[in-house]
Amino acid sequence: MEELLYATLSLGAFALIAGIILAIASKVFHIEGDPLSDKVDALLPQTQCGQCGYPGCRPYANAVASGEADVNHCVPGGERTMLSIADLMGVEPKALEEEEEAVPVVAFVREDECIGCTLCIKACPVDAIIGAPKQYHTVVSDHCTGCVLCLEPCPVDCIDMIQKPELLEHWSWPLPDTERAQLGAERRESHHD
Amino acid sequence: MLIHLSSPHIHSGDSIRATMFAVILALIPAGIISVYLFGWLAVFLILLCMLGCMTTEFIALKWMGRPTAPVMDGSAALTGLLLALTLPASIPWWMALLGSIFAIGLGKQVYGGLGYNPFNPALSARIILLVSFPLQMTTWLIPMHLGASIIDLYDFSSAWQLFAFGVSSLPHALDAITMASPLGHIKTEWSQGVGVSEALRAYDYSYLDAFIGRETGSLGETSALALLIGGIYLLARHTITWHIPFSFIATVATMAAIASMIDPNHYTPPLFHMLAGGLILCAFFMATDPVSSPVTPMGQIVFGIGCGMITWCIRTWGGYPEGAMFAVVLMNCAVPLIDHYCRPTVYGKRGSQS
Amino acid sequence: MIKSFLNKLGFANAPFAGGITPDMCKWTEHSAIEDCPLPPLFIVPIKQHIGQACTPLVQVGDLVLRGQKIAKSEGYLSVPIHAPTSGKVIKIEEHPIPHPSGMGLASIFIEPDGKDERDTSLATMDNWQDIDPAELRERVRVCGIAGLGGAAFPTFIKLLKDKRHPIETVILNGIECEPFLTNDHRLMVENSAEILHGLQIVMHMVGAQKAVIAIEDNKPTAVSAMQKLIDALGNDAISVVSLPTRYPQGSEKQLIESLTGKQVPAGKLPMHAGVLCQNIGTTRAIYDAVVLGHAITDRIITISGDAVPKPANMRVRLGTPMRFIYAQRGLEHFDGIQILHGGPMMGERMRHPDIPVIKSSTGLLAISDEQIKPAHQVEDPCIRCGHCSEVCPVNLVPNLLADHCRNDQLERAEDYDLFDCIECGACSYVCPSHIPLVHYFRYGKGQTAQVRREQSFAEVSRVRSESRDARLQREKDEKAAKRRKVRNTLRSESVLNTDNDAKPEDTKKSESKE
Repeated sequence: MEELLYATLSLGAFALIAGIILAIASKVFHIEGDPLSDKVDALLPQTQCGQCGYPGCRPYANAVASGEADVNHCVPGGERTMLSIADLMGVEPKALEEEEEAVPVVAFVREDECIGCTLCIKACPVDAIIGAPKQYHTVVSDHCTGCVLCLEPCPVDCIDMIQKPELLEHWSWPLPDTERAQLGAERRESHHD
Repeated sequence: MLIHLSSPHIHSGDSIRATMFAVILALIPAGIISVYLFGWLAVFLILLCMLGCMTTEFIALKWMGRPTAPVMDGSAALTGLLLALTLPASIPWWMALLGSIFAIGLGKQVYGGLGYNPFNPALSARIILLVSFPLQMTTWLIPMHLGASIIDLYDFSSAWQLFAFGVSSLPHALDAITMASPLGHIKTEWSQGVGVSEALRAYDYSYLDAFIGRETGSLGETSALALLIGGIYLLARHTITWHIPFSFIATVATMAAIASMIDPNHYTPPLFHMLAGGLILCAFFMATDPVSSPVTPMGQIVFGIGCGMITWCIRTWGGYPEGAMFAVVLMNCAVPLIDHYCRPTVYGKRGSQS
Repeated sequence: MIKSFLNKLGFANAPFAGGITPDMCKWTEHSAIEDCPLPPLFIVPIKQHIGQACTPLVQVGDLVLRGQKIAKSEGYLSVPIHAPTSGKVIKIEEHPIPHPSGMGLASIFIEPDGKDERDTSLATMDNWQDIDPAELRERVRVCGIAGLGGAAFPTFIKLLKDKRHPIETVILNGIECEPFLTNDHRLMVENSAEILHGLQIVMHMVGAQKAVIAIEDNKPTAVSAMQKLIDALGNDAISVVSLPTRYPQGSEKQLIESLTGKQVPAGKLPMHAGVLCQNIGTTRAIYDAVVLGHAITDRIITISGDAVPKPANMRVRLGTPMRFIYAQRGLEHFDGIQILHGGPMMGERMRHPDIPVIKSSTGLLAISDEQIKPAHQVEDPCIRCGHCSEVCPVNLVPNLLADHCRNDQLERAEDYDLFDCIECGACSYVCPSHIPLVHYFRYGKGQTAQVRREQSFAEVSRVRSESRDARLQREKDEKAAKRRKVRNTLRSESVLNTDNDAKPEDTKKSESKE
């Protein structure tokens, strides 16, 4: 019985000392880093589309950092963004609500039908539409993020979303089409089923 | 329809099956010696373990709903052969079967199959058996040709009787048909305060016999010569590299040399250690198991040194007479770490951090 | 490991780490170079080099001469493109190019007139020793020369005489380590004089004192041809070195390591090690450009493979469709046959033969499905045998790296030196599990590039969005300030008039504005 007592007391004392050391270390070695919402914002694609339910990327980043919003709301960011936010926040990955990976699109104004109302210019969150009242409007496709926010305000419905043209310089090899090559993607999906 | 793959469009022709069969081929000399020493018993044991492993793999793959083609790639058969070569000849058949099931079921398939096991499957099975059945796993049958064997293991029916019904079914006393292995003998004599040279004399130990294999032990570990022939074949074929076997054996020899120089009466000489027990078998065939050993050359040397140190320490100071199998499995735990930190210096990055 | 140790000691000619020795299949090594006839239609893509695409200078209906500039270079990293023969431009439209994606590029279609007249606007420079290197460099650029070893890097950029990085040694890369290819071999045997002449021009251009012609020891005829000529010239500065045959000895960095014992530091170029590497074919083209005033319009291509009835080395005009070239060698039906552009280790499969050859076309192979099958099998799990790491000339750990790429762990892959991989294919060649390692590395590199592009685009979008928000906020503040001013003015007026006279409508109006 005595041995049991000694063993319990000595282990308990060791655990207590270890806990105190950890508590001191967490205070002494604490790193003042970027605020969490800045880090989350850095992972978002800055489309400013609002599909996450928040009016822009920064508000969504703030909501994720404060724990108010889930990690899987960003649609243009896709699975990759969801995984990196989950990794940063230290939470389990969660499946995106939409199944399909969004195709990159840019807006295109059919200038013949444009009436020059500037409603789309005001709607664009990154000022990618140029034009003036009673002048044709046009989308600077290099800056368009594909957020689709300009479609609704247009009174004559003259804006199309077209697929971003694939450039030869931006082509890259896909995964080999063997079963094992798909393993990584399969495992990631099974994590958040 | 060909798979759409990038370059290169030619291949060396090597395959997993070719690699596994090469190792099985390299183990044939050791297998011949085991039959020379233990007759039909060796044959039964080897066949049982190989078939047991392959059947376990088949059942495991079927149960997991995976294709069963890998059963014929030679890896399960090799595990079975290696397991059999590490077992004592007198082991009950159900124990060997259990070992086979552990080796493939717990040692390989449960981790995801070929390529995913962190530990050597044959050795992990042997350790499970040793720890669960210490007596039967350290009972060494007197082999043929040593002049002291009573049972004729070349006779099919007496070998079958021993294999199927165990040592207890025989009219002979256990002491009459078994003997201590060299390592076991040394350990017992140590505990009784007997010096090394006297213990070896009492055992009637001969280095030549130990080299050729005319001694007792597990099925495959006795003959250093047969194992070295196989090992050299694998080195020449480039299936394994020299790093692990050399560093493993050299470390054991070095530590034994240093110790026996300090106190020759208490510590056995290096040559004894190199020829004793399963060191050569482990160094050439177990530690070099590609899945559970490091990938990089530097890592392999670190691995071999670690195995050697642990082996010598367990043999000298540990509770068990033989430490090689524990050493390999213990170092297997460290392999991912070794792989990460022992990467070779990339071209152009000499003198800078990797 | 021992080899790299030897290299560390500065032991020159110690072989590079790793490497493989596949069956070299140099079936055409004794076949003299034949001229390929002109096809009925030339297809000339506007980009045949590393760098920016050119812009066409001609229009449909224009008549052109052989060697006439038909597309001008854009930006620094670019070289112009010239007509392969005299004829008429019949259309300019997108057409597939020799690229693994199967995608196309704008191409200039030329119908030959059969006269094959040359453009003679460029002067011959027999006295190049007296000409300023900068002028010679401009001649090399104007003639459209890009590296003919397969990479097609604009040559003039390398031929810079830079005081900060003086070139001590010029290395002529006569290694040709890819199986099947023999075009450099035949050039060295048949045109050693022009090559040596070109080498001397290059040495003059960069101010190098020494030159080494490196040839693999499976080309004894080439070694003796070059050696004989050098002995006849009595030039001490140039020497021939025969290196053991091993792939990828011809890779620039590995060649430098084998010859000098030194490694080119990561992220740096050979010129930082005082060395310039040039391909044999490129050197011959430099001779043609400087001494003869010819822009590049053709190159030597090896047509080989088990599906080609009559393998050969041919001098082919750039822009000749592959189908025409194969037909010259007796191959017309492509069922069950794979077309490879380049060598078998680093070349790529083409989906169909109606693609033109360009400056980077070193070889055209036709391999039957049965012959290519061993390399294109379903992959098994990695057994961690380490063979890939043993053969890697860059000392990577390919199996671990491929795992990271497959699992999209891009940062980890970069940490494992993904971008140091030269994609030589030695690792995939030896893998017993048939894992397409190089394919995974290419996937990883592509994904990393894509992520970086997306990140920089996101950064720009963020800045635009924030400046827009700032602008809107500014406008809002200005409006609010104006409103406050108006209200204050009204309030002070009403104070002057009396409190009772303050009209309720006024206050209501100012409230509704907010």
